[in-house]
Order: sequence, then structure tokens, then C-alpha cells
Amino acid sequence: MSAPETSMRRVTAINNGTVIDHVPAGKALLVLKMLGLDGKMATPVSMVMNVPSKKMGGKDIIKVEDRELTQHELDRLALIAPNASVAIIRAYTVAEKRVINLGDEVINVVYCTFANCASLGDREPLPHRMKVVSVEPLNLRCHYCGRPQDISELVENLL
Amino acid sequence: MSSLITMDDLSDEDIQEVLNAAERLLPVAKGDIHLPLLQGRILGNLFFEPSTRTRMSFETAMKRLGGEVVNLGAVASSSVVKGETLYDTIRMVDGYADVIALRHPRQGAAQYAADAAEVPIANGGDGAGHHPTQTMLDLFTIRQAHGRLNGLRVILAGDLRYGRTVHSLAHALVRFNCELVFASPKGLKMPEEIIEDLEGHGATILESEDLLNHIDDADVIYMTRIQKERFPDEDEYRKVAGSFSLSADNLNNAKEEMIVMHPLPRVDEISPDVDKTRHARYFEQAFNGVVTRMALLCRMLGVEVPAKIGGEA
Repeated sequence: MSAPETSMRRVTAINNGTVIDHVPAGKALLVLKMLGLDGKMATPVSMVMNVPSKKMGGKDIIKVEDRELTQHELDRLALIAPNASVAIIRAYTVAEKRVINLGDEVINVVYCTFANCASLGDREPLPHRMKVVSVEPLNLRCHYCGRPQDISELVENLL
Repeated sequence: MSSLITMDDLSDEDIQEVLNAAERLLPVAKGDIHLPLLQGRILGNLFFEPSTRTRMSFETAMKRLGGEVVNLGAVASSSVVKGETLYDTIRMVDGYADVIALRHPRQGAAQYAADAAEVPIANGGDGAGHHPTQTMLDLFTIRQAHGRLNGLRVILAGDLRYGRTVHSLAHALVRFNCELVFASPKGLKMPEEIIEDLEGHGATILESEDLLNHIDDADVIYMTRIQKERFPDEDEYRKVAGSFSLSADNLNNAKEEMIVMHPLPRVDEISPDVDKTRHARYFEQAFNGVVTRMALLCRMLGVEVPAKIGGEA
């Protein structure tokens, strides 16, 4: 690989949209799933995985063109990428930096991992709610049954 | 106070206040004094699982205070079998009743119902979750016998793994600095996460696979039923159940004021000869379900229990 190629951007800069950097290596697909970016939308999405990173060893990067993700959408990421950095791009420049914030409660992002939880009854209409007990380490409890959630299991329960 | 879902909904002061109100209501619970504090109010009893004591004592509590009760009746003959959601059932009863007592097989059902309802919900047991009105009547029984809750040595014995009653009670006793002994067969130990949680609150806990060795130092022995279906075969069950049962002989060296409690129904874990000893409190405990639920219903409905009840001015 020649010198000019190594310094070349793996993904081209975007004109307008959202860049999510410092996603833990290998989690980009999960991030897309959490954001509901499933390929059916009209906007282009680029993704690179396992990019070398001084801070993280390896990381994933996602660029969503022509769409500014809302704070609410981004906060969903806190479950798997709490330290991701998010930039809103307008006219090729960083117009805003956003911080992912889990808040006190995660609503309608994931459903409870405890099979006998009342919130999992057929057609029950109330929102799925997880209380944030602590962020570091990430510790969530179901608002209804009170069970502590295993985070690795929880990300399989995305709504 | 609105709903009572877990014991966390009550502060230590709230607990003492409810127990004080319950004590004042004793003559009303016994039917000696007529005091229709809840006249014109309706309790909706929604029991999605079998219950004798909890359902009947809620009903008695409401009626002793002049209130009315509407029952869901058997789940098999209700809209639930037609696929009605818990949400819809609650919204419907919400329009019929001023307060709802709920028992449900799913954990978290009481919180779910409280979020759906306008009226307060009293959790009468939700799956393996909480059973706070049982805990309150247990605390009432203990305080009645010892005059206090603080600093007692309490043995919780039997099935500590699956029993929501002992989970709630252990949490409550730790708030009053009680020393806890968890006596259970190997496979039915108190869940590790509960022990960690209790120790996080500064609890002193002793775990044991033996019950009899701890009796002499105890202020309270709280027995629970060991269910046959938890064991692979009948022999194994008999062996274990036999070592977690009490007879009058076992209590010869117990402290005079020590009490034996049981949420009932009992099978073999307390021999009938214990009934006649000064230690037996399980039938009083069952009666206390009425008086404690009376005090809780008043509280949930915002009705003050008079400071003096009866003849004294």
C-alpha cells in the first residue's frame, strides 16, 4: 500500500448529515439497527469497521448523509456506544457536536430480558421502560419488574 | 400515598404510622366497633392467581370499614381468556372501583397496572416479585409480639429461593437493623443478588442449611412451605422437608417471647403440636392481614384513621 493511499480517507467527507465516530469496533451494524437505519431509507449511509484507533485500539465509523439525527435518536446509542462522538455536518464543516446522554430512563428502545415480565404480555400497550441505575458500569433495571438487565442480552432485545 | 407496589413506597416512618393505625383499628377488625370510614368506597379485587388469605382479608378489611368490593372472579370466566390485555382490564376496573387489589402471575404487573390506572393499586403479589401488604402484616405481627422491630434476630426458614414473601420481608427487616439467619436446603437458598443487595444495605446475615441449631437465640422464626414440585423425587423432598419442620420439642430452649410465624398454608413444616405453645403466631398473623390491610386501604384512599377509636375520649 503506497503512502498516499494510507492517508486517504476510507470514506469520503459528507456535505450534510451526521458522523458517528468512536463506535466500539464491530458494533456499527448494531448501531445502525438501533437507529432504524435498515437500508430502506432514501439517504446514503457509509460505514467502516475496525479502523485503527489510538484511543480505542479499533473503532467503527458511520456517516449518514442528508440527515441530522436527533438527540433522542442518538441517546439510544448509549447502550452500546456510550463514548461515541457525534458531529452534525453542514456544508462539509462540523456545525455541531453532540454528546450521547443516556438520561434517567431508556424508553421504547429495548424490551425486558426477563421472560415473565408484565411488560412482555401480548399486545400490552405501555412503553418499555428501563431505569438507568448507573452509567459506569452500565446498569439498567426494568421499570416494571425491577430486574437488573444483562446488557449483552439486552442489545438483542432492540425494539 | 397512591399505589403500594413495593416496600420502597413506604418510608420507615410510613411503616410505623400504618402499623400504629392498624393497632387502633383492631376492635374494628374484630367487629367489636362499627366504624364505616370507607363507606361509599369500592375495592376492585383482581386476583389472576389463586389466593385465599390475601383476597379474603382485603375483602374483609374493606367490608369492616363499610366499603364495598367487586371481584374479577375466576379468570377462566372473565374477558382475560378472550385475550384482554392487563392494560384494558385495569382501565375497565379503574372505572368501577376506587382502589384495586391485584395479584398476577407476571412480575411487574402491579407497577404496570399502576401506570395504567388512575386509582391506587395495592400489590397483592406479582410473580416472584413483591408482596408488600404481606410484609406489612408480618411486621405488624412481629411488632405486636416484641413491642419493636429494631434489632431482632429473625430466622427465615424453608424455601427462600422462590418465596416472594421472604424476599420482601428480608428487605424490610434490614431497614430495622434486624439480624437475619437464612436457613434453607441447598437448592432453595436465598438468591445471591438479594443477599448482595441486603449486605449493601449493611445487613448482618448468616446462611445455614440447618434450622434447629439457631432456634435458641432467635426472636422470630419465619417458616415457609417447601414445595414438593421443587424436588426431583418424593424421597428427596421428604428428606429435606423433614429437616425443615418444627415440632413443639424443638422449641424447649427457645426464648420465652420468641414467635413462630408462617404465611400459610402450611403442610408439614410446623407440627400441629406447636399450635398450643406460646410461640405460635401464624393464625394471629393471618388475622393481622385484615387489620393491616384496613390501615393500608385508608391510607391509599386518603382517609385518616382517628387517633382514638372506641369509648375513650
